[in-house]
Formats: sequence, structure tokens, C-alpha cells
Amino acid sequence: MTSSATTPADHPLRARRTRVLRARKVARSLPLLPSIVLIAIFLLGPIISSFYGSFTNSALTGAAAQNPSFVGFDNYVNLFKSPGFPGAVILTIVFIFGSAVIGQNVVGMLLAALMRSGGSVVSAIVGTAVVAAWVLPEIVSAFAAYAFFSEQGTLNNLLSLVGIDGPNWLFTFPMLSVILANIWRGTAFSMLVYSAALQDVPPEITEAAEMDGASGAKRFFLITVPMIRGSISTNLMLTTLQTLSVFTLIFVMTAGGPGTASTTLPLLAYQEAFKFSQLGYGTAIATILLLVGAVFSFIYIRALKPEVD
Amino acid sequence: MKNKMIGAAAAVLAVSAALTGCSGSSQGQGDAPKTIKVVYSDSNSAALVSWFTDVTAQFEKSNPNIKVDLEPIKGAVTDYYTKLALMNSNPSTAPDVIYEDSFQLKSDAEAGYLAPLDANLAGWGDWSQYSDSVKRAGQGSDGKTYGVSVGTDARALWYNKEIFAKAGIAVPWQPKTWDDVLNTARTIKSKVPDVTPLNVYSGTANGEGSSTQGFLMLDYGAKNGGLTDTSGKWLTGSTGFVHSLGFVDTVYSEKLGYGPQVTSSTNYSTQVRTQDLPAGKLAIDLDGSYIPQNWGATAATPWPEWKNVMAVAAMPTEAGQAHGQNSVSGGWTLAVGGKTKAQDAAFSFISTALNKDNAKKLAINYSLIPVRHDVATDPGYLASDKNAAFFAGLIPDTHFRPATSQYAQVSSQIQVATEAVMTGQQSPADAAKAYDNAVTGIVGADNTTKGK
Repeated sequence: MTSSATTPADHPLRARRTRVLRARKVARSLPLLPSIVLIAIFLLGPIISSFYGSFTNSALTGAAAQNPSFVGFDNYVNLFKSPGFPGAVILTIVFIFGSAVIGQNVVGMLLAALMRSGGSVVSAIVGTAVVAAWVLPEIVSAFAAYAFFSEQGTLNNLLSLVGIDGPNWLFTFPMLSVILANIWRGTAFSMLVYSAALQDVPPEITEAAEMDGASGAKRFFLITVPMIRGSISTNLMLTTLQTLSVFTLIFVMTAGGPGTASTTLPLLAYQEAFKFSQLGYGTAIATILLLVGAVFSFIYIRALKPEVD
Repeated sequence: MKNKMIGAAAAVLAVSAALTGCSGSSQGQGDAPKTIKVVYSDSNSAALVSWFTDVTAQFEKSNPNIKVDLEPIKGAVTDYYTKLALMNSNPSTAPDVIYEDSFQLKSDAEAGYLAPLDANLAGWGDWSQYSDSVKRAGQGSDGKTYGVSVGTDARALWYNKEIFAKAGIAVPWQPKTWDDVLNTARTIKSKVPDVTPLNVYSGTANGEGSSTQGFLMLDYGAKNGGLTDTSGKWLTGSTGFVHSLGFVDTVYSEKLGYGPQVTSSTNYSTQVRTQDLPAGKLAIDLDGSYIPQNWGATAATPWPEWKNVMAVAAMPTEAGQAHGQNSVSGGWTLAVGGKTKAQDAAFSFISTALNKDNAKKLAINYSLIPVRHDVATDPGYLASDKNAAFFAGLIPDTHFRPATSQYAQVSSQIQVATEAVMTGQQSPADAAKAYDNAVTGIVGADNTTKGK
């Protein structure tokens, strides 16, 4: 059939065919409906209600608990004016960079790369040990980390074996303790992602680079990293978002203290909403958290987007 | 697929029908048995648990058509307030009878969590046993009564006579000024180095206890102290506040008190009362009149010897001014839930719980200062507690926390200030300034006034 051969008789036929196709398309997307409804109810619903709540003075007790009223941007204005807020933002960023962006990613990548070249027995043992921390429920690993860092804990007992009188880590270095604990807990995820990514790098390319005289570091940074940048971007985004919302680990280990020395945004939100009974104010902090997460995701997606695809 | 979804929808409908059916039957006011839900805070207090269980048994026996669903909320008291508020905010979980801390009462009444009891109280003969000041503790901001006091308390210095003997300090001990307290603690530190000399509750981990047992015991006894002026305006820039934080600073910087490992634990007060005091590891404890409840025969850690080992002294004012002693009082009430469908049954539970016999039982086993006139003068009660007369003598100089709905939030800021000082993050003056700003933010500049 040539392109110009459009007889009048074709038209109704084609129209009917598109109609059938469209109907089929609709029918095929029907099974998606339940999941869309579920996402709308359980994900979008809370987000919208939290967003709305952040513009009210709703509280757990007092007159505002009965009749919360719309207060516009008051919660946000008070939040930005409050002396505790900048500190919490800085601590959150320190926590994300220290434990996710640098800690989990670098250690995860290192482990994945080393395990490729290590013996199968060694990598099996290391892999199991690392994944074990990740498989533990968050509350269990939080208690384990508490037992490790506390004044009479494992770490100080080990240090005393070599004659060092360790400090009370949770009190003297609260941020360092929770960052190390979160690296310990979360590295397995990055390690698994990078192990899978590294397996996809064709050995011929690295071999060719080796023939051209590229050193190990050069091969890694100029060949391997660009080839797995998609995985890096995804992994950075996922670990950042996970770390942004870490609550249990810090709450069990330091409860945000001493003072406010480890109060990140999730702990601040919990404290304002459930300890100080100001639900509206707490949800305002939660909304800020949501925005911070969105900004990070945006940056990663833009910065590490493959140029050609 | 379609069939499944219809099935699921039908199941949802059936379940919701069953649920509404359930709530419908419990609302029935007829002869059908009904259930009232009673909630209270079980923070490791066996005496309170057995009292509530006992009262419930009595009540169910005399009211066979009413079932009591007794719900202890386990955990720290600070979590109890949160859990209670969350229960109260939904009609399907809201309790009928609430064991309510008097300092939360006004705030919760404003939130609609409590029902006014005036109509029920008018027909209750025993109400005349309560003095006016006790009745006022159960009133909301609107003047209606929302709670009936179960008893009050006071705070003082508990000290261990055996440790004092080791340190060579004469007993009975009665310090005249704050410096006397600190100097005694210093003596103990040098003479008996393996005990903690002095505990003044501070920091956020111990919640409201750090305010009532710790900071307010200082601030109300400081020169120019107190949280509000006589008209109820909140003081800012008060030197009494700075001096009180200075006392906290001295205790923790000279290591007269506990280390951070204890003070940052939510188990802080439990460790003090159930472990360190009975074990003779703490010399002086600024604490509530009710702490012997932890040492009774039914408690988790019975310690019958306490009567010979522990003694009490009044907390002095800063320089011995005024009457020379200071105390802070609080207490709990029983209240009816604002969303209750069975107000009369709920009040009937309260009147059973707080009749003379039960109120006396609670006062003795739970170490409360009784508020019913007939219990306070009962020979059985007076014989049971050797410190009864001592604590009764503190009542004229005692202070109640500001009875406004904002107090709970201000109290959190006090805890933040004491924590900043005890951890060395801020000087007393800086922490007081941060408190001033926070309080102004909570109550509004119009409701504050410049202190001396």
C-alpha cells in the first residue's frame, strides 16, 4: 500500500481501529487504578494534610486542640526566627553529608571495589558482616550502637584493653557517634548497589585502558566512575533521603542531646509536636524536611544525569 | 479482578457496619451492660496499680451492669501526657475516666478533653471534705470544675543518715541557706567520695520532674524568684532565675551531682529512687514527699529500712529569707473524659475511688498528702507516716505551678535552660536570656513583665 492510497473507505476503518486501541489502552491501565488510589490515600493524603496542618495552630492540648485556626505563615515565621532552627538545619546537613554522602557512599564503594578483587571467602565474610547491620530492625541496631558507644560500652572496654580511658562518646561527641552508627547501619545498601553496578562494567574496557598504561586510580576515576554514574546518582539520592528521615537511631542513642547537640530536623519536629504539644509547628518542620529532600533529589538528578542516552 | 474489588468493597462495608454497630451498643443507656474506660499512668508504681485494680473490683461489684476497662499506660510520665492527648483527640479511643495531672488540667479542659463535673459534684456529699484551695486545683479557666484531687504532695531534701554519719555531719540536719546545702555536699564529696553527694533534677530527659523537683524548688525560694508576678504576668530578666541556674551550674560543674550518663537517661528518676537511694549511693536528694511509695512492701524494690535510714529537711530559701523554707506542690486528679457517653457512670467510679477508705489507702500506700479533711485527721493515716507532720508543715510555704494552659510549654523551656547550664553549653545568664525569649514567644510580649 502506498502512502497516498487513502481511499474514503479506509477512514471509518482506521477510526474504529484507533477507538479500539484507545479503549484497550484504558482497559490495560485499569489494573493500575488500585495502586494509584492507595498511593493517593496513604502517601498524598498525609502530605496534603501535613501541608495544611502547618498553616494552622493545631495542638495536642489547650484551646487550639479543639478548634485549630488558620494562622497563615505564622509557624514558618516563628520557625525561622527561633534560635534552635538554624542549628537543627546545620546538624541535619552535617548528618547527611557525614553519614550518607561521604560515609555510606565512599565506604560502600570501597567495599564493593575491594570485594571484587578479594578472595571469595573474604568477600563472603565481609559481605555477611556488613549486610547483617542493615538487616537488623532499626530499633535493634540503635540499641546495639548505644551499647557500643555508651560510657561503659564495648568501645570503651576495647580502648581500656590498650590502656586508653575513653570518653563518654554519646555525650562528648554525640554527632560523631550517630554519624558513625548510621554509616555502620547503612553502608550495606550502597555496597550492594555498587557491587551490582561494578559487575556491569565490561572488563574489556578497563583492560584496554590498562593496556594504554592507565594506573589503577585513573582507571577507576576515568573509566569506572563515569560508566556507573547512573547508579551513583540513584544511590546518592536514595541514601540521602533515607538519612534525612533517620529518627529512631538518634532518638535511642542521644535523644537529640545533650542539650540540642544532636537535634536534627526529624527530632526537632517530634519534640515540638509531641513533647511541646504544638502539632502545627511540628508539621511545619516536617514540611521543611520534605522540601529539603526535594531539593537534594533535584540536585542529584540534574548533576549526575547522563549526557547522552 | 472486578469481582475481587467488589468483594473487597463489600468486606469494608461489612466491617464498618460492624464497627458502627459496636459503638452503637456501647452508647446504649438502658439496662444493657456498659463499659467505661479508665486510663492512668503506670510509671513503675506498683502501689498505684494495685489501688486502681482494687477500686475497679469494688466498683464492678456494686455496679454489676457496668464493666470497667482499666487501661494502665506504661512508660515515662512525659509519654503519658502525649499518649493521653492522642487518645483524647479521637472519640473512638477517648477514655471515660482519666487520671489527670493537675498541671495539665486547665490545658486539657480548654482542649475539650475533660467534661465539667459541677452537676455531679452538687449531689456528692463528700465534696464538703475538700478545702476551697484544693477545689480550685481542679478548676478550668472557665471556673467550672473538671477534676477531683486525689491528694497533694510537697518537695524537700531527703538525706541518708548513714552517709551523713560517715562524713561526720550532725543529724538532724537543717540547712539555712543554699550555700549550706552546697557546703554539706562538698563535705560529703571529700569525705565519702564513692557516693553522689546531691541530686537536683535537671535537664530535658526527666521532663516535668526537672522543673518541679529541681528548678522550681530553687526559683520559688530565690530572692526575686518565681515565674510570674502576682497578676499572673510571666517574669523575664529575673535575677532569681539566673541565681537558680547558678545553683544548678555549681552542682554540675563541681561534680556534686550526677554525671551526664544518668541525667540524660529517661530512667533518671527511677534510678535515683529505686536503685541509688536504697543502695546508699546518693547522700542528698531534692525530691517529692511521695518517694517512699517506691520502697513499700508491694513495690518493685521493697526497702523497709528506709524509715531508719532516710530523713527529711526543708529546702531553704536562697539566703534564709522569708520563712526560711520553700516547697512546691502538685498532685493528680481524677477527671471525666470530655467525649464520654457515660458521664454518670464515670463520676460514680470517681466517687467510689475517692471515698474515705480508698482515699486513705492511696494516701498511705502511695505516700500522698491527703486532701480530704477526714483522711488528713484520721489517726490511722497519721500513724502510718512518720513524715506526715513534717510535710504538712511545708504546706504554708509551698508554691503551686502557674495554673495556666501555657505552663506546660514554659516548663519545657525551663528544662531546656537547666540542660544548657548543666551541660556547660550556656552560662546561667545566657540560658536565662534564651528562656526569656522563648517565654515571650509562647505567651506574647503583652503577658510578660520585667522582673527584678
